[in-house]
Amino acid sequence: MSRFGRAARLVLATLREIFDEAAYARFLSRTQMASSPQAYAAFRLEFEEAKTRRPKCC
Amino acid sequence: MNKTASIFGWTLVGLLGAAALGVIAVRRGEPINALWLVVAATCCYALGYRFYSRFIAVKILALDSLRATPAERLENGRDFLVTNKWVVFGHHFAAIAGPGPLVGPVLAAQFGYLPGTLWVLAGAVFAGCVQDFVILLFSVRRDGKSLTEMAKEEIGRVGGFVAYTAVIAILVILLGVAALIVVNALKDSPWGTFTIAMTIPIALLMGLYLRRIRPGKVLEVSILGFILVLFAIFGGQWASQNPTMASVFTLRAPTLAILIIVYGFAASALPVWLLLAPRDYLSTFVKLGTIALLGTGIVALHPTLHMPALTRFVDGNGPVFAGKIFPFAFITIACGAISGFHALISSGTTPKLIARETETRMVGYGAMMCESAVAVMAIIAACVLQPGVYFAINSPAGVVGQTAATATATISSWGFPVTAADMQVLAHAVGEQTLFNRTGGAPAFAVGMAHIFSQSLGGAKVMALWYHFAVMFEALFILTILDAGTRVARFMIQDALGHIYKPLGRTSWYPSILATSALIVGAWGYFLWQGVKDPLGGINSLWPLFGIANQLLATVALCVATTIIVKMHRTRYAAVTLVPLAWLVAVTFTASWHKILDPNPRVGFLAQARALAVGPATAATARLIFNNRLDAAVTAILVVMVALVLVESVRQWIGVLSGREEARVKESPFVMTRLAEERA
Repeated sequence: MSRFGRAARLVLATLREIFDEAAYARFLSRTQMASSPQAYAAFRLEFEEAKTRRPKCC
Repeated sequence: MNKTASIFGWTLVGLLGAAALGVIAVRRGEPINALWLVVAATCCYALGYRFYSRFIAVKILALDSLRATPAERLENGRDFLVTNKWVVFGHHFAAIAGPGPLVGPVLAAQFGYLPGTLWVLAGAVFAGCVQDFVILLFSVRRDGKSLTEMAKEEIGRVGGFVAYTAVIAILVILLGVAALIVVNALKDSPWGTFTIAMTIPIALLMGLYLRRIRPGKVLEVSILGFILVLFAIFGGQWASQNPTMASVFTLRAPTLAILIIVYGFAASALPVWLLLAPRDYLSTFVKLGTIALLGTGIVALHPTLHMPALTRFVDGNGPVFAGKIFPFAFITIACGAISGFHALISSGTTPKLIARETETRMVGYGAMMCESAVAVMAIIAACVLQPGVYFAINSPAGVVGQTAATATATISSWGFPVTAADMQVLAHAVGEQTLFNRTGGAPAFAVGMAHIFSQSLGGAKVMALWYHFAVMFEALFILTILDAGTRVARFMIQDALGHIYKPLGRTSWYPSILATSALIVGAWGYFLWQGVKDPLGGINSLWPLFGIANQLLATVALCVATTIIVKMHRTRYAAVTLVPLAWLVAVTFTASWHKILDPNPRVGFLAQARALAVGPATAATARLIFNNRLDAAVTAILVVMVALVLVESVRQWIGVLSGREEARVKESPFVMTRLAEERA
């Protein structure tokens, strides 16, 4: 893969991590669920408390 | 050959940086190009990262790539997770980059571009980046423990209690100040208010889309949300020109304050997925894009700075906020140079993602460098404006006068010519009724940003769109801090109240949710209301209070760091954290002294209370007197807490150095990394 392609993949991976898509993918893989409104609701339920306790800087 | 080339290359970087700093520091009386600031900053960061952070990594911290990090040892697929270092870097930067590095430097530009620039560069390289780096590494070596826990374990219970109280105090003051900035940016602005109001249904739509239509496709829905926000910006123009809509969305400051308080309560009490999470995603998307766009715009267009290097207001009589350059420039600019809040993030999510100790240097030191670069951009955005325009926007009516004629006459008499006609033309160009007395920093930053963008993309015709894009960007950014911060503070209060009455600690028990949400919103809402009613614009007294609170937390973080360094038997290098700590103590104590006891009513809270007491009595006088006394009390409590942590820390250092106390750090035991074995 070209250097540009690798950089683009890294940027996408970073964005997926920042936007919690990667976390959702890990949740699906860990719980052996397919993506669905129910699975996403379960993910949010598990994830929300940790997420909303994260401080964000001024 | 390689070594020779490296020495030659770094010497060149050093010389270039010195030349750029020389131009910035020495040039007087004529405008300079913004590129000098960019070059000076780039060279300072490059040298700081290459040499200073390496020195800290090797000599003090002894980073060990063979030691397993908590992300590896405690991996659970949720909080603890081995993650690519660039991904962690992005994650960390997205969390530390808030509106602070944009607003503080804009306010401090009243001293000229020089003090802010020097503090942002030196503060970041020698203090802010160091704090973030060492706290991150110390947290990694302690299973990702928080600053509060580390303070309790390494300094003692007092340190832990003060860190906890400081976090709550900072959150309350920060949220009050943040809300005030939004109010000042949106008051009497139907376009801005419409656009920001529209982001609420857009966030709700995004929440439902994520939950029901395309579960988990956050990037996709963020792009959709961004497009809708752009439509809302165009819609704002229509709303501002339609008499019916304009009258609905033209709101006074008190009305906006009430609406924001109601919003804060709703965001804290409603399910996260519905409003808070989608708005957070949208805000992050806009934030990262806009910072990249602004950086590119500044480098490509390298505009001229019209603000002088130093203004007459270094004497302490500035209209934006009163107080001399020392200590107030260093209190006003926090996040771009050093921010205690960053220590919470460096000891929060980030240490649980780091794959190797050696990566803490890039993530901790490097991300703070990027944050500092954002502050340099803000200085440029403020200083590209004609100084007369800058002061007309940022000065409260209580200082320059109520009418356009008196304001322009006052500002022109200071040597910064501006006319009412100039301001009217500018207000018209950005689609506002007026730009006078738009205190808080956000509108001035938006005008500067629009000025830079409009020179390249679309010309002067689209300046209004860029201005409202910038207002939307800042307000969205700040509202995200407001709703997320309210929620974080709510959890902290619930944790504390849970020790008194168990059900109150349950985060899903609705009576507890409503009570603690009301408590925290009431606390920051009080400061917001106080700022809205303040004839000096509120930001004048509240921003220094926030700066003091934030630097207090940095003081606690540096006390923790120094204590650990002493316990690690690296006392000969303790100056790395001790010097920034001493500087912050000097700044915080001096600023607190002035804010409480200075005889100038524009600086000292008590002097202002006395001046109000002997002045003409109005309906608001009693409340203003009480507010000033309250602010003085809050400042005094903060400074006493700093003193307590300091005394406790010094006691620890003396104990360890004299051999009375065992120098035992509370690190997790060494475990060899499997990642290294796999690599081998």
